[in-house]
Parts: sequence; structure tokens; C-alpha cells
Amino acid sequence: MDMLKKFSQSSLALPFTALALLLLFNAVFVDDFFKIQVMDNGNLYGRPIDILYRASSLIILALGMTFVIATGGIDISVGAVVAISAATCCLMLGGDISGVPAHPFIVAIIAALCAGIISGIWNGTLVAKFKIQAMVATLILMTAGRGIAQLLTDGQIITVYYKPFSYIGGNIPGVMLPTAMLIALCMVLLVLFLDKKTSLGLMIQSVGINQTASRYAGVKVTAVLFAVYIFSGFCAGTAGLIESSLIRAADANNAGLNMEMDAILAVTLGGTLMVGGRYYIGGTIIGAITIQTLTTTMYAVGVSSDRLPAIKAVVILLIITVQSERFKQMFREWRLKRADAKAKEVSHA
Amino acid sequence: MQENNDEYILHMKNIDMFFPGVKALKDVSFNLKKGEVHSLMGENGAGKSTLVKVLTGVYQKTNGTIEFEGRQIAPKTPLESQQIGISTVYQEVNLCANLTVAENIYIGREPRGKLGQIDWSTMNANAKKLLLEELGIDIDVTKVLNFYPVAMQQMIAIARAIDTKCRILILDEPTSSLSDKETERLFAIMRKLKAQGISIIFISHFLEQIYTICDRVTILRDGEYVGEYDLKDLPRIQLISKMMGKEVREDDIESNVDKSVPKDENVLEFDHVTVPGKVKDLTMQIKKGEVIGLGGLLGSGRTEIAETIFGVMLKSEGTIKVDGVEVSVKSPMDMMMHRIAFCPEDRKVQGIIGDLSVRENIILAMQAKDGMFKHMPRSRQNELADYYIDLLRIKVSDREQLIKNLSGGNQQKVIIARWLATEPNLLILDEPTRGIDVGTKTEIEALSVRLAKEKGMSVIFISGEMGEMVRTCSRVLIIRDHEKITELNGDEISTAHIMQAIAGDYHGHA
Repeated sequence: MDMLKKFSQSSLALPFTALALLLLFNAVFVDDFFKIQVMDNGNLYGRPIDILYRASSLIILALGMTFVIATGGIDISVGAVVAISAATCCLMLGGDISGVPAHPFIVAIIAALCAGIISGIWNGTLVAKFKIQAMVATLILMTAGRGIAQLLTDGQIITVYYKPFSYIGGNIPGVMLPTAMLIALCMVLLVLFLDKKTSLGLMIQSVGINQTASRYAGVKVTAVLFAVYIFSGFCAGTAGLIESSLIRAADANNAGLNMEMDAILAVTLGGTLMVGGRYYIGGTIIGAITIQTLTTTMYAVGVSSDRLPAIKAVVILLIITVQSERFKQMFREWRLKRADAKAKEVSHA
Repeated sequence: MQENNDEYILHMKNIDMFFPGVKALKDVSFNLKKGEVHSLMGENGAGKSTLVKVLTGVYQKTNGTIEFEGRQIAPKTPLESQQIGISTVYQEVNLCANLTVAENIYIGREPRGKLGQIDWSTMNANAKKLLLEELGIDIDVTKVLNFYPVAMQQMIAIARAIDTKCRILILDEPTSSLSDKETERLFAIMRKLKAQGISIIFISHFLEQIYTICDRVTILRDGEYVGEYDLKDLPRIQLISKMMGKEVREDDIESNVDKSVPKDENVLEFDHVTVPGKVKDLTMQIKKGEVIGLGGLLGSGRTEIAETIFGVMLKSEGTIKVDGVEVSVKSPMDMMMHRIAFCPEDRKVQGIIGDLSVRENIILAMQAKDGMFKHMPRSRQNELADYYIDLLRIKVSDREQLIKNLSGGNQQKVIIARWLATEPNLLILDEPTRGIDVGTKTEIEALSVRLAKEKGMSVIFISGEMGEMVRTCSRVLIIRDHEKITELNGDEISTAHIMQAIAGDYHGHA
């Protein structure tokens, strides 16, 4: 009972319950939802694996977004940065049909990550140095980003025939789990390390709650803001690698399209407030998985892809409403009233 | 006491207010006569604000009755209480900073033209007339509110309250950011309103002001009703002991410090330091282990000097030496590295990080100094937080309580703890006792003296309250118009001398 009470009061309670309900729905209505098989080539296969696999890019983007939102900002350029990173990587590898890369694979990877980091520096400069509102500042790159990606690829879709490139979005031969999942796991560990073993978390939250007071307490506000946008850019760069490897090509128009919105949604579902301050890494991860589970579930029960957004919206509306302060308050009042009524009954008896 | 009911406009009887786990008000009564100025007093956390919020509909009382002009009311929102005639002017002005003065006064009830459009010219004319006739203020009402100083903004808030035909006007610490002259003006307006039969609830920590302007007082302590008294029958010392719930002797509060100025080395030296428009050619020395005061009126440049020392403002000329060595200052961090600490004036905006816990607030400056990657282990954090909570007697349920839920005095103590944790050689306290109850105030004053005498820390004490400077400082620099006028040493320091020095009539030896 105590455990239950503790859980219901923890910040993860609602995101977790939402995900659990979704999974329960699947368990009842979708056959063999939780079944995981080992394929002939040694890879694991099954819906839960599939969900985590497809959620990987989103989780990575949402991690970066969590820190940005915690400082009271927002980064709506991440989708476009995914496209830039994808274009950079494919450009470096080249579209040689014989599968020979133009540059070594590692160089291409580093270049893609650097593209992400440079994008982050751009955003950070606008927000931290020039004090432009985050939404406006990152809107610039959101608009320009796809154009930059187009320029890089010369308006073409570069298809990469170099085999190892597909390992990022698929499986490295001999490894049971999809590489994207492993990358996401590494990013989660990195973020947890930053959160628990450095004071970055304290600084981020402090800046998000009260910038002026943070400055007076000696917190380097500009540096903290810079750091979160650069990290968000780095996350987008990483996600760009995964996204381009999935289709083995750089598609400047569609890579990472609308992913920034899903990332923001994942962060909010996880309980972090848009005004900044307290953030919840665990909540963000669960939020991202919830979004992907929703999509997978809809496909599994046969909702067609053109109806998917509408149904997704309804479910998300429900989750967001239940999490809102007003709803929580109404729930508390209802519980108090019920307790009152019970007390009266007892006293009458 | 309440035989003649016509005499009273408001009775609050047996008010209980419970928050989850806390009884904020227990069986509190409050009676307000027509046309009186009534003070509500108590230490921080005694329940003054809660009682006012129950009356104005911000909180809903748990038990009890409110009788206003003979009928029972239970306002559910501030708007509802405003409509029946109860208006509040808060310490922090609750107007819209970027709307014009006229818009602020008439927002939500703008005069309308034939087509339902806002009749701007009538609105501006009305606003102008209202301010001039009711308050004797002649200003441009089409300028945005932010254009005017806080004192004027408060007058505008009062004008708005009067114009909504209020019967009860609640002034919650209106004078804490006003100068003496502005306060006098506010009092004149209060007397005028009183003569019109408006009842005023006046909340303030300044005893002097309470005795100047108020007729009666209701005292609360720990959420309970202590009593209501005619102020003319209640000596100050008794008022204080009723608030604190213990007998206080006069010299407890007026205790004198050792006025000898230490002759040791200088911790900090300013040599002809200038900050354009803020600090004018300032030369001063701060010695090791002294409490030095910066005296002067609001806006005289006291805070600017403190901010220059801490590197918030940067000098254009002159030299700054720490421990005898010249330093270049570019940011607060530079000065923190030289073991200088600064508790800023505006606790809410510059001090507390509201949604962080007491623990996090305490370790923040220290952690910032250590840098991002020298993370303090949680056990050490807990240890530090507990140490300072204990040392400064900070009232918290536990160290993980959010700082925004503490009373003002306790928040201030947390901020002081934050800086003590960095083990400074020089601690700057800018108005550390503003808006804080008498008990905590005395504690903070005593702490400053103790830090200097026992730990050899130098303390710069900035306060607009002369008595406080007299009690704590062994040297006072008098600042006027961003310039050091004179210095008072040892026994020269008295309220009278400080006042004369500020006025320019006392020169001592500069």
C-alpha cells in the first residue's frame, strides 16, 4: 500500500500509467503482442522490440529537447537538423553504386554529428548571446535547415550503397538488438550521467526557474543556455544518422519531418512543463515510447494511415487532460468529498 | 466589544484555514470599523497574508463566517470580492507593466462608445481627473506604467481601487519600497480616504509607520488570534512581545555593538572607482572583521555600489583591490573566486529559485563556484543544508521543501546560507531585513555582528532603516546622489547623525 501511494505521488505515475494502459489494450486486443522471437539471422523480432526500435530517434531528440525546455526554451529546429545531418552523412559517403564510400565511414559519422553541433551553436548564439526568444530563434533554422540540406545534396536524393551504412538503422551482423536501440540506450546513459554526476541538472533547472537569481548566484547563464542548445543539436545529429540509414539515403524534404513536434510532445507527456524548471528524464523516455506504441497499436488494430493522426490526437488529448493541474485538482476535491461522505456515514452508524 | 454593529463594516469570526497538512489559521477573528485604519501584525508566517487572502477570495476558508456590511459573504475569486467593495493593493504592484496608466485603471470596465469601441479620450480624461482629484497626482496617463517608479505605480493601483467604489482597501506592505517622502504622501492619501469613510487594512513591518497612521491593530501569532488593541493604549514593546509571544527587553532590540573599528588589513579597497551614471568617484576601504554600513536614501546609489563590488556592474575608471592586490572584474564569478558574496536586495527576483528545494538553493552558489563537473555528492549536500538550517534556525519541514513555500524571513535566511556556504571573506547584505518580521530581523542583525567579531568576516550592511545601522555597524558610509558624502565612525553613529549626514548637515571627519 505504501509503495502504491509513493508511486502515485511520484512524477512518473501518470506517464507510466498511460503507457501501461496502452500496453494493456494491446495485450487484450492484439494477438501475440508481447511475443518476441529469435529470427534465423539471430536478430530479435516482435512488437515490443519494434516499438523501441522505431522510438529510438524520437527518444534521442526528446532527451535533448528535455534540457532545452527545462531552461524555459524550445528548439523547433531539430527536425530540420536531422535533415542536415542526414544530408551531410550521405554526402560524405557518396552515392557510388559499387558501394565504395567517398570518405571513411567514421569521417562521415563525425561530420554528421558536427553538423548537428554546429546547428546547436547557431541556435545557442541566437538564444544565449543575442537573447532572441527561443521559438523565434530556432524557427530560423527550422525554415532554413531543409534548404541547407537541399544545397548540400544539390537537390538530389543521394542513395548510399555502402553496406555498413545500413547497420546504423538496421542490425550490426551478429548483434541481436537493432543498432538504433543501442544508440538510444547510450544516449540515455549519457544523459543520466550528466544529470546525476554533474551539476548540469541543477544549473539547467535553476536557469529555467529564475534566470536573474541564477546569475546573482554565480551561475553562468549564457554557458548553460549554450550547452543545452548544442546538446540538442548533437542529439538531432545522432538521430539524423539513424533516420538516413533507415532509408539508406538523404531525403532533404522528408528526413525528420515534424519530428520536433513529437519530441516536444514526448517531453510534455513526461511531465516536464513548457515554462521550464523541473525536468523528468524518465518521463520523457516513457513519453516517447508512448507515442510510438500508440502508432504501432493503431497499425496493429488496422487503423489506416490516413486516419491515424486523428485517433492519435484524441488519445493524446486524453493523456494531456488527465495530467493537467486542473484535472488533478478536481480529482483531489472529488476524493476529499468522498472521504467526507464516508466519514459521515460512519458517524451516523 | 461588538455591541454597536453599525460601527463595524466587517466581522470575520472563527476563521479556520487548513492547507494539506498545515493549519494556517486557527479560530481567528478580525473586526474592522468603518473609516478606520487597522493594522494586521504578526511575524512572518503568522497568517496575515492568509487571512487577507481568505477575505479577498484567493483562498476559501475551511470554517468560520465573514460578515460584510451586515450580510454573510463567501467570495470565491478576487474579482467577486472586488465587486462587493473589497480591494487590495499588494506589495508587488499587480498591474500590467506595459499598458498605459489609464488602461491599467480602467481595464475590464473601459468607457465604451456607441459601437462598443473603447472611448479612449474619455478614458484618458477620466483617469487624469481621477488621479488629480482623489490623489492630487498630475501625470501623463497615456504613458505606460513602467515609465513611472514603483511608488507612483502603487498610487495608481490605489486610484484604481478607489474608483471601483471600494469600501475596504487592503494595503499589503505598500511602503516597503517607498522612500520617506513617498510614504508621507501615501499616508496623506490614506487619511483622506479614511475621512471619506473607507476602512483600510494596513499591513507593514515598520513599527514607526503603524503608530503614525493606524488606529487599531489585530495581532496574530502562529496562525492564532492574539487580540485586538487600540494602538494609543499599547506601548511598542508590548506590541512586539505580543507578536513574538515572549517578553522582550528594550535593549534586546537596541543592543549596541562594539563600535571599535578594526585596524587590520583591508579586505577590499576602492580607489576612485566610477561607473557611469551609477557610482561617482568612490574611494573606500573595507577592513577585515568589520560591519560597515552603506547609508542613504532609496535610489542614492547604495545598491549600485554593492553591485559594482560584486561585478554585476563594471567600472569604467579607478582600481579595485582585494586583499591588497589589484583585480580585474568581469562577472560575479570573478568576485566569488575572491571570496566575496552578495545577497541582493530583491529576494523574489534576484534571490530565491522558487521551484528548487531549500537544499538546492543553499548549495547553488557553491556548486556554481566549483563548476559543472565538480559535482558535490548528495550526502555532502544534505550535510551542508542541514548544517545551515540548524545554524540559522531556518524553519522548514525538511530540506527538500520548495523555497517558495517558506515565509520571507526564512527565504532570506536560505539565501544567506547559500553565501555562507561559499565561506566568503566579505559578505554584502543588501536590505537583508526588508519585509521581514521583527524576530528574524533581530537574528539577522545579530548574525552580521557575530560573523564579523567571531569569524573575522567583513560584512557590508545596506539598509534604509537607520536604527538597524546603528545597531549593527561600526562604520557607516553615507551615500547621496551616487557619491560618498561622509563616513561616520564608532560613537558618531546614531540615528540623528546619519539623518543629518544624509541631509548634508553633519560632516564628522571624512
